[in-house]
Amino acid sequence: MSLLQVRDISVQFGGVVALDGLSFDIGEGQVCALIGPNGAGKTTLFNVVSRIYDPSRGTLDFDGRDLLSTSPHRIAELGISRTFQNLALVPGLSVLDNVLVGAHIRVKGGFLAGALRLPHSLSSESENRRRAVELLSRLGLSDVADHPCAGLPYGTLKRIELARGLASEPRLLMLDEPASGLTHGEVDELSALIRSLPGDFGVTVLLVEHHMGMVMGISDDVVVLDFGRKIAQGEPTEVAKDPLVIEAYLGGSG
Amino acid sequence: MSAASWAVEKRPTLVKVGRWVGWIGIIAVGLYLPQAFPPFRVGQFNTIMAYGLAALGLALLTGFNGQISIGHGAFFGIGAYTTVIIVGDHPEFPWLATTAVGALLAFAVGIVVGLPALRIRGLYLGVVTLALALLFRQALEKYSDLTGGSQGRGVPRGQKFSAPDWTGLANDQWRYYVIFVIVVGCLVLSRNIVKSRMGRAAVAIRDNETAAEVLGVNVARTKVLMFGVSAMLAGIGGSLLVIGSPIPRVSANSFTIVLSITFLVALVVGGATSILGPIIGAAFVVLLPEVVPHEQQVLTPVILGAVLIALMLVAPDGVVGLSRRSASWAWRMLARAADTGPDTGLETGDSSKEQLQLDSRES
Repeated sequence: MSLLQVRDISVQFGGVVALDGLSFDIGEGQVCALIGPNGAGKTTLFNVVSRIYDPSRGTLDFDGRDLLSTSPHRIAELGISRTFQNLALVPGLSVLDNVLVGAHIRVKGGFLAGALRLPHSLSSESENRRRAVELLSRLGLSDVADHPCAGLPYGTLKRIELARGLASEPRLLMLDEPASGLTHGEVDELSALIRSLPGDFGVTVLLVEHHMGMVMGISDDVVVLDFGRKIAQGEPTEVAKDPLVIEAYLGGSG
Repeated sequence: MSAASWAVEKRPTLVKVGRWVGWIGIIAVGLYLPQAFPPFRVGQFNTIMAYGLAALGLALLTGFNGQISIGHGAFFGIGAYTTVIIVGDHPEFPWLATTAVGALLAFAVGIVVGLPALRIRGLYLGVVTLALALLFRQALEKYSDLTGGSQGRGVPRGQKFSAPDWTGLANDQWRYYVIFVIVVGCLVLSRNIVKSRMGRAAVAIRDNETAAEVLGVNVARTKVLMFGVSAMLAGIGGSLLVIGSPIPRVSANSFTIVLSITFLVALVVGGATSILGPIIGAAFVVLLPEVVPHEQQVLTPVILGAVLIALMLVAPDGVVGLSRRSASWAWRMLARAADTGPDTGLETGDSSKEQLQLDSRES
């Protein structure tokens, strides 16, 4: 069963074609990696799925729902969550509050309910706070829960963003270069964690990553992009042998 | 176990207790003030609280949500004029009901002004709200039949917000207590908002709008509502200014751009990301002219400017931010004393100063 169907998606910035008729499916419960040289259009696809960019052509189907006719802030409600390449945490809030922002769609109550501390909003607040605390301890972040995000080490911030991405209990989690800037040890830990996500959280993972060891080690399916087009798709071992992929990464023989 | 290490261990409890003691202390002092000061001082306290509400509105809008407004004088004016006009035309109308009407009007106008804020931000939004401040003044002149224009307008002689007999309070005291209760209520409600889901969403929008949207925050709705709530607080403040005055009177000259800027100054002095800070800032802007000798009043704006510049250098997050940082510094010193024993803690005077400076750069 495919969870996300990308069909013929094209994105243009002025004369630059960032994505050119891209189509692929992501199966439910998989870890799917999106790889390709810099500028291949990987993050652009994330931004299309998040509804930050409008594609000039194509359709996106998420479990039977047409994503392109959904407004950006409703994407999270449908069950899609993501992290950002250059961390998009809220520096002024504590780590726990950042995770709670991630659970925004789960917590109930607007301005009035919040101001008057109405019972239904208070109880959903404490329920989600409890879940956020659990999530932080699952990701080994209990020590910093009450810290402001500003000033924490990079690897920790990356994990906090992952926790925030999981807090909305998404069905699809998109991770944009989760391993960049991490040490060897941290990458191994992160790989094990990502591999465990489908089983433990019932979430499908779409991963953009340059760290090939990680991609080859944890992915069920790899989609290779070059200049906005898909040049290969398949299991990691197949894709690694594909001559088109080798050429895209190492350059043609001329 | 030394006292220092005990304190470090019990820090969360002590902080919580300290906060409660602080709030109770503030309320106790607040309740005592009108007993200790002559009526004209109590009138000034009323002005501080009214200005404080407008600055509190700005704190929610600017400090917590990242939207700027140089037009809050207009919302304040809407509240003030609503009360004067309604009481002036319908003397039987209860004063506090006019506050509610003024609050709703300011909220509605705030929503309308908040709409363009969805497309423009930063300095440009500042200019749009500046236009609001200028326009408000023009409107007061144009509809002078209703507003009294620059001549101003009061309520009929004898109409005052006065103390009922059963209270045994003087009029100025009664006005103060009523305003005090409303202001404390607004502070508590604002604090609740900031600590709630919408407060977190507002801060997320301030720091990264795109990320907030991706996390499911309805950015447009939140920003517009925040503008409305902020304007409403200013409107309540304006109405309370009239209610708290012994001679309720408004004129177009008192609702100029200068008033809007005064609120911004109060916000910056007190601390933009705090709930109590705006009140402290309001006390500063209202009482500063009192401290300056009468024959040298021209110095007031100069001092105001100098204080602002000094604050930007040493405490960009205002008085409250400064005290927060001092507190966390004191805790660190205490933790160090707990580690090394109480004796060495006293000798670290110089390096501790350095540490404080480092901290201010970090944040």
